[in-house]
Amino acid sequence: MTMPRRLVVGLVVAVCAVLSAGVVPATAQLLINGAGATFPYPIYSKWFDEYAKISQGVNFNYQSIGSGGGIRQITARTVDFGATDGPMTDEQLKAAPGELFHVPTVLGAVVATYNLPGNPKLRFTPEILADIFFGKIAKWNGARIKDANPNVSLPDQPIIVVHRSDGSGTTYIWVDYLAKVSSEWEQKVGRGTSVKWPVGLGGKGNEGVAGQIKNTPGALGYVELAYAIKNNLPAAAIRNQAGKFVEPTIRSTTSAAAGAAAEMPADFRVSLTNAAGDDAYPVASFTWLLVYREQPDEVKGKAIVNFLWWAAHDGQKYAADLLYAPLPAPVVKQIEAKLRQVVYQGRPLLAAR
Amino acid sequence: MAVVYERSGGPGAEAPILPPLVGARRVRRRFGDRGFRELTRGAALTLVVMVAGMAAVMAHAAWPSIRRFGWSFIVKSDWDPVAEHFGALPFIFGTLVSSLLALLIAVPLGIGAAIYLAELAPRGVRPPVTFLVELLAAVPSVVYGLWGIFVLAPWLRTWVQPALGHTLGFLPLFQGPPYGVGMLAAGLILAIMIVPFITAVSREVLLAVPRTQREAALALGATGWETTRIAVLRYGRSGLIGAVLLGLGRALGETMAVTMLIGNRPEISLSLFAPGYTMASVIANEFTEATSDLYLGALIEIGLLLLILTLAVNGLARLLVWSMGRGPMVVRE
Amino acid sequence: MTRLTTTRWRQRVSTVMGTLTAASAGAVVLPLVLIFGFLLWQGASAINVDFLTHLPKPVGEIGGGMANAIIGTLILLGLASLLGLPLGILGGVYLAESRDRRLPWAVRFLADVLNGVPSIVIGIFAYTLVVLPMRRFSAVAGGVALAVIMLPIVVRTTEEMVRLVPASLREAGLALGVPEWKVVLRVVLPTARAGIVTGAMVAVARIAGETAPLLFTAFGNRFWHQGLDQPIAALPLQIFAYAIAPYDDWHRQAWAGALVLIMLVLAVSLMARLVTRGRVGAVR
Repeated sequence: MTMPRRLVVGLVVAVCAVLSAGVVPATAQLLINGAGATFPYPIYSKWFDEYAKISQGVNFNYQSIGSGGGIRQITARTVDFGATDGPMTDEQLKAAPGELFHVPTVLGAVVATYNLPGNPKLRFTPEILADIFFGKIAKWNGARIKDANPNVSLPDQPIIVVHRSDGSGTTYIWVDYLAKVSSEWEQKVGRGTSVKWPVGLGGKGNEGVAGQIKNTPGALGYVELAYAIKNNLPAAAIRNQAGKFVEPTIRSTTSAAAGAAAEMPADFRVSLTNAAGDDAYPVASFTWLLVYREQPDEVKGKAIVNFLWWAAHDGQKYAADLLYAPLPAPVVKQIEAKLRQVVYQGRPLLAAR
Repeated sequence: MAVVYERSGGPGAEAPILPPLVGARRVRRRFGDRGFRELTRGAALTLVVMVAGMAAVMAHAAWPSIRRFGWSFIVKSDWDPVAEHFGALPFIFGTLVSSLLALLIAVPLGIGAAIYLAELAPRGVRPPVTFLVELLAAVPSVVYGLWGIFVLAPWLRTWVQPALGHTLGFLPLFQGPPYGVGMLAAGLILAIMIVPFITAVSREVLLAVPRTQREAALALGATGWETTRIAVLRYGRSGLIGAVLLGLGRALGETMAVTMLIGNRPEISLSLFAPGYTMASVIANEFTEATSDLYLGALIEIGLLLLILTLAVNGLARLLVWSMGRGPMVVRE
Repeated sequence: MTRLTTTRWRQRVSTVMGTLTAASAGAVVLPLVLIFGFLLWQGASAINVDFLTHLPKPVGEIGGGMANAIIGTLILLGLASLLGLPLGILGGVYLAESRDRRLPWAVRFLADVLNGVPSIVIGIFAYTLVVLPMRRFSAVAGGVALAVIMLPIVVRTTEEMVRLVPASLREAGLALGVPEWKVVLRVVLPTARAGIVTGAMVAVARIAGETAPLLFTAFGNRFWHQGLDQPIAALPLQIFAYAIAPYDDWHRQAWAGALVLIMLVLAVSLMARLVTRGRVGAVR
């Protein structure tokens, strides 16, 4: 072999040796794997980073593969915990090899966002939203939208509806809301993470929808609150069950959960859409972490419940900066009780607090 | 006029003749040859087993859907996950049209670029441009998709689609409101994604054509282009077809970038401006969230259909090549 | 003589075709320039020493990078090549050299079909084959998925390159009494070497950017890899996760990651070419 070639081969061998050295872990760290929803990924990554500073030797590795993916992987037990925006159905829970707990972590809001010249602040009633997504209201300057927004000059443009093409918890929250406020929607389209949309283009992911709306004059769609704010897109005020037009803010989102807190089921599987309360924003939802009641591994199980406790208390202070809404206090109390039920071979894992 | 012979190596043709084997050498040689032959055959069989295994696993998982819908799955257009009615026709249409569009754009450009890089480019230009083309193959498809949303689709919506609508709007191909995203955008991004494969492989094919072929044509008074056409392209024809099929395979199976640019609307429309949906996109979009066995089965049945579609398209292409004459022609030296 | 056969007309056609092919090359390179420009404009500011050497940080915190993803991608590419390249090259040699009647035809066909399978389906296949039995996500599963994707590309390009080696070279070797398998290994393959390497590099480039199959196999890891049987980070996964989030800081890191990925592939390609460059090559 020629000189330079020998050099290159030597380099390659050296690099391979270095890389394979990593095969043997340097410091034995406990790695806890979790998978699921993309919506809470930013705050989970913040939490795991902050928590790693105070817990020794425990690393939480969370990957956002989608709520359905999270449900499937925790059912198959290839991960230690799952995460979902849409609660598991009874059938899914039955299919799991053990009893799964839904633990709420933060709240999110799904907003109606749009692209109009002059960026006006719009108000929608539930009936208008349902009919837009049915395709019955096709133009921006239609009579009903004008009625709800008397001070805004609306252009004579068609409404280009944008929805999610991929299955998602965000879609679930949105159609769950529409199904509650429109019996026609409930009959004809229904609820699900993927539905048969009567009209509209499909964008992939919250980012895809936001990008589509941003680049298409006259577009209207639904995204998580954070995406609307970060893309400088407006978020419409929607009339809630109490008859008030409420804008999506962190406060109005937490109010939605507070309103439902009184009737919270024990397993936390509740829909917060169209919640009662004057200040409640009508399209809000929990996002949950999924853990088995009976943990298979004591060390990992302890780490998980300690983290969940921390997340429900100290972790909540990081929520607002990242545009999530913190849990209301009564819900936190209920979570504490739930966490005390997580066991390993019959013994509760949570240390007495 | 030089004499041309049938080339060895076409489908099912004879290989070069071996010299006679006698005595002890025969045993040793048989062993080495046999071992090598079995080794390569084993490697090839792994591929067959893999594809067969994949098809079997998919058929098994798709069974609930196949049993429920039967043939209507292929001809119906209804896709309703909530009511659990599934029909795959719009996706089949979308896959075929977007891939066809991509090929129409990428094959002439890719082979043209390959000719340029192999034959006509000045020496200094060749290595950097070749590298650039190969780099294009390394761009992750999610980057293609996002570039498409931020750059390509707005450009189409603002300039290209209105222009096409004004000039060629009488054709049903170019009618409808300009969304930016849609079949045209998807076809374009696919073309951009498959062109590096076609170019890189075609270039290698053209470079491997023996110099004697070119010299023979030039000696007979052919111009540059004629030499390329008669001596080089025809000789490397099967390799070029291989390169195109490689690109086609990518186009049929591409998910991320297409799903960001096609509009994701399961509709069949004659217009290139309309949104559409491809088989790979719907699988990528809905697989992670599919819950019931029937829903999952329907998605996997689409995957199976894609496999069959790829089989059919490849079969058709091979038939075409075979009918054009078996293998390239070569001058025996 | 008719108009179409005068020398001047033919020469004119030749010049026009020359220009057209040059324009094609330009059209092919143009998107790359645009995309590269886009990535540079959006992400160049995020590439610094931190980016290349640190673990990821949550959004909003300065610093943090994709070091683990870079190493992870290299490991996955290495694993995939280890599995896919030998299998693919041997398979390609089989298709080009074998005298069997029907198997080569079937293999060629199926290779083309496999090439058209969406990468997410291959990921699901690898998930069923490797992850479920192992009960965990791992680098090995990711390597298997990527190897399956690269296999048809390597097989087909190897076949075409080996086929193009002139029969005379083969026959010369055989006439000298060299056994057939040695002719293939010592004469045919070295002659086709440059083309085979191109095919391999194109395949490596293709799998370097694949996200979907890794979602269910390698899974991704925010930390350093802890072994080949554990989840491992990869650049496409990290790019994807950041690109679909709403934060600008993460977007910039995503584009920077894409730039690093392309550079990585370029480096691997360069090295492969350097190592395999030889005096014996097809006539250039």
